[in-house]
Amino acid sequence: MPYLIKNGIVVDPIDETLTELDVLVDNGSIVEMAKDLTAPEAEIIDAKGCYVCPGLLDMHVHLREPGYEYKEDIESGTRAAAMGGFTAVACMPNTNPVADNAAVINHILERAARVGVTRVHPIGALTKGSQGKELTEMADLQAAGAVALSDDGQPVMDAGMMQRVMQYAGMLGLTVVSHSEDLSLTAGGLMNEGAVSTMLGLKGIPNAAEEVMVARDILLAENTGCPLHLAHISTAGSVRLIRQAKSRGVKVTAEATPHHFTLTEEAVQGYNTNAKVNPPLRRQEDVEAVKEGLKDGTIDVIATDHAPHAYHEKDVEFQYAANGLIGLETAVGLVFSQLVQPGILSVPQAIAKLASNPRQILHLSGGKLAKGGVADITIIDPNLSEVVDPAKLQSKSKNTPFIRWKLTGLPVLTMVAGKPVMQKRRLLR
Amino acid sequence: MFWQRKDLLGLKYLSVEEINLILDTAIPMKEIIGRKIKKTPTLRGRSMVTLFYENSTRTRSSFDLAAKFLSADTIGVAAASSSVAKGESLRDTGLTLNAMGVDVVVIRHPASGAAEYLAKYIPAAVINAGDGTHEHPTQGLLDMFTIREKKGSITGLKVCIVGDILHSRVARSNIWGLTKLGAEVRVVGPATLMPLDIEQMGAKVYTELTPALEGVDVVNVLRIQMERQQQGLFPSLREYSRLFGLNQARLELTKPDALVLHPGPMNRGIEIDPQVAYGSRSVINEQVTNGVAVRMALLYLLTGGEYDAISH
Amino acid sequence: MNELDMKEKAQILDDKGMRRAMVRIAHEIIERNKGVENVALIGVRRRGVPLAQRLAKYISEIEGTTVPVGILDITLYRDDLTTLANQPQVHQTEVSFSVTDKKLVLVDDVLYTGRTVRAALDAIMDLGRPEVVQLAVLIDRGHREIPIRADYVGKNVPTSRKEVISVKLTEIDKEERVIILEGTE
Repeated sequence: MPYLIKNGIVVDPIDETLTELDVLVDNGSIVEMAKDLTAPEAEIIDAKGCYVCPGLLDMHVHLREPGYEYKEDIESGTRAAAMGGFTAVACMPNTNPVADNAAVINHILERAARVGVTRVHPIGALTKGSQGKELTEMADLQAAGAVALSDDGQPVMDAGMMQRVMQYAGMLGLTVVSHSEDLSLTAGGLMNEGAVSTMLGLKGIPNAAEEVMVARDILLAENTGCPLHLAHISTAGSVRLIRQAKSRGVKVTAEATPHHFTLTEEAVQGYNTNAKVNPPLRRQEDVEAVKEGLKDGTIDVIATDHAPHAYHEKDVEFQYAANGLIGLETAVGLVFSQLVQPGILSVPQAIAKLASNPRQILHLSGGKLAKGGVADITIIDPNLSEVVDPAKLQSKSKNTPFIRWKLTGLPVLTMVAGKPVMQKRRLLR
Repeated sequence: MFWQRKDLLGLKYLSVEEINLILDTAIPMKEIIGRKIKKTPTLRGRSMVTLFYENSTRTRSSFDLAAKFLSADTIGVAAASSSVAKGESLRDTGLTLNAMGVDVVVIRHPASGAAEYLAKYIPAAVINAGDGTHEHPTQGLLDMFTIREKKGSITGLKVCIVGDILHSRVARSNIWGLTKLGAEVRVVGPATLMPLDIEQMGAKVYTELTPALEGVDVVNVLRIQMERQQQGLFPSLREYSRLFGLNQARLELTKPDALVLHPGPMNRGIEIDPQVAYGSRSVINEQVTNGVAVRMALLYLLTGGEYDAISH
Repeated sequence: MNELDMKEKAQILDDKGMRRAMVRIAHEIIERNKGVENVALIGVRRRGVPLAQRLAKYISEIEGTTVPVGILDITLYRDDLTTLANQPQVHQTEVSFSVTDKKLVLVDDVLYTGRTVRAALDAIMDLGRPEVVQLAVLIDRGHREIPIRADYVGKNVPTSRKEVISVKLTEIDKEERVIILEGTE
């Protein structure tokens, strides 16, 4: 079925342009992009006042399958992605078993083909079992379809090991996604270290726990030439280190999550376990630095670190609660409410961080709408508002600190390979 | 004024009036403890459970006696012997006790925020008897009661808290309560045991004992946990004692009538010299008596009839 | 209904009348106990306290002997604690002498249902074992709910349950009289 997207503003994140164009889609591809298109046989999608964007890709998602299907699975996770305007996600390897071999990667891809609503790009592990001891068969992982490598959640503490990981991954041209955390500095920490942790009596995690590792990994990337992507950057010091590294030409990219550019440690008050996340929510000055990093391009990517946890894993005493929060369904709303509307990012800049930059890092095509290209399209209505309602979330888990937040700027169409999977805030599959 | 809260979770949440109401109510309670017949029928038919996930003979006995002096029925649930060991959640344990008709749950728990978490889910009154490194409000109140009784008023006093501030819920409750009532609170201890930004709670921070003790009206000495040394937070008990132990000579730096408090149990010869602990300035034993009085006052106030519940 | 919302119906005693009643009670106490040896007075908070102190003063004027006066707070002994909306504030009981083997005279302003006296008796028993306990009240307004009777009464006043007896004492109220209040419709 051909579709004609009429009257929208086409966003080109690479040329940083906004152009009023109609887009005709057929057979999974973009057939034509021009003003005032007509196609009598096509179903018309009215995009007046909306941004027509290359399909968004969230490069940091935990789909939890295999092993933790009670939290999320590939079906529910990609439904959440589609609701959130993402046509693709990259999923982290901390499943059970860990995605440290081709069999698990194949399994994920097969499941995604069967039940996935959006595209799924698995990320393979850096080390076997993410134990930080032995290299994985990276070439095998790559051949099976892994788009990058990471031991997310389990930082490689041994610098020598990390050096070998980067040498080997660099040889294959695979990006290493680093969860930068020095566990000896975290040392059982539960939230950001500062006045709030002191008052709540919760062990604090210093900014240095992240910054020490960011610095180390930048130096190793510089030495090895391996492309390094720093996940979920949360501190002003990290932003500064990345900015310096980029200025001297290190192949480093970085991401920030919506919660890290929106919330501070204050969100933990009242022992709110939905605000318990690693890296922790930091101070206002860190939030400002992250926003500045997004604005000046130091931070390339906005990714959610979507980390679903079951109700009973969050409904416990704070120190026993699992780390992480879900983000797929609130990301676009937060980007528009927190970054685009206040003028921190232009729409093309925001879409670059949500669509084109992550694809470049993962060596995936797309990220720009073009005639003949794949019809992965996200349409965003910048004026549409919605209050976050846990009952309406597609994710199996509801662990978000944004419940009852009113978000403005929401995806109204998610189209994967020419087929709408979400339209007018309703899933079609 | 009347008591309006369902629970006592921390001194951070209390107003000056509420703190004073508790301390004022503890005065007649202390009179009862001084009687030959230590019993009033006040809380007949009321029940209190002590739900302790950490051992503490002192605090538990104090609550137990407080309840018994007021004729409430009490039971104790020790974490090790209960379904806690079977992995029952705190919420479910609380709901079970509540369903059995318990009026007050006194909880001690290693996790900060546990009392607040429990209070959210059960209609029974919850008293925080120490949650992780967050608060120990009844200890704070008994310290304040002791100081007020000896000094007449807390306003304008200088109070120095010595020791492991980082891990101390006693220090936190004292800082909140004392600063609300107009005292100047100083905290002193090794830099590795000093929590970040504690100034924002209203305390003055020192890492040297001498200036911290100068001219203070009260010294509150905290217990140093031996395990902190194994965690590498200070080098040895010897050095700790040399830098932060309270002895007679150091006590001379304080005002001549300064009081010495210690929440107990003491490590004699380490954080406090026996000469000081048993000396004329020490009110350590009175703290224990006052602890019962303050807990009686709380049990009385929290077991009122119908109240407009404020969550904390 | 709050006393502030009620209006005065009649004055029962003025300051002189109150004094006469109390002096008479002082005489009766001395007579009944054949002197005041071993006698002690216990005032029930709040208005029983100044009344007990006055009785002690009159006794001392008559007999030349001082009798000890204690203060009893009965809050912790009330039988309505579980039904009250808010816990009443507790004040201190101040009985500096041993009550055991004393002839105690419990003093209160108004005797009504008898429940306060019941609570006061329990409170006293928790302090020790007196030889005898007598009850002195300024006003007995009837409507007993418990079998309790006063040994010394300043004035018997028949009332309806809708009315309130208000005893005003200089020490507390800055005026000196006893009035009946009734509700305004």
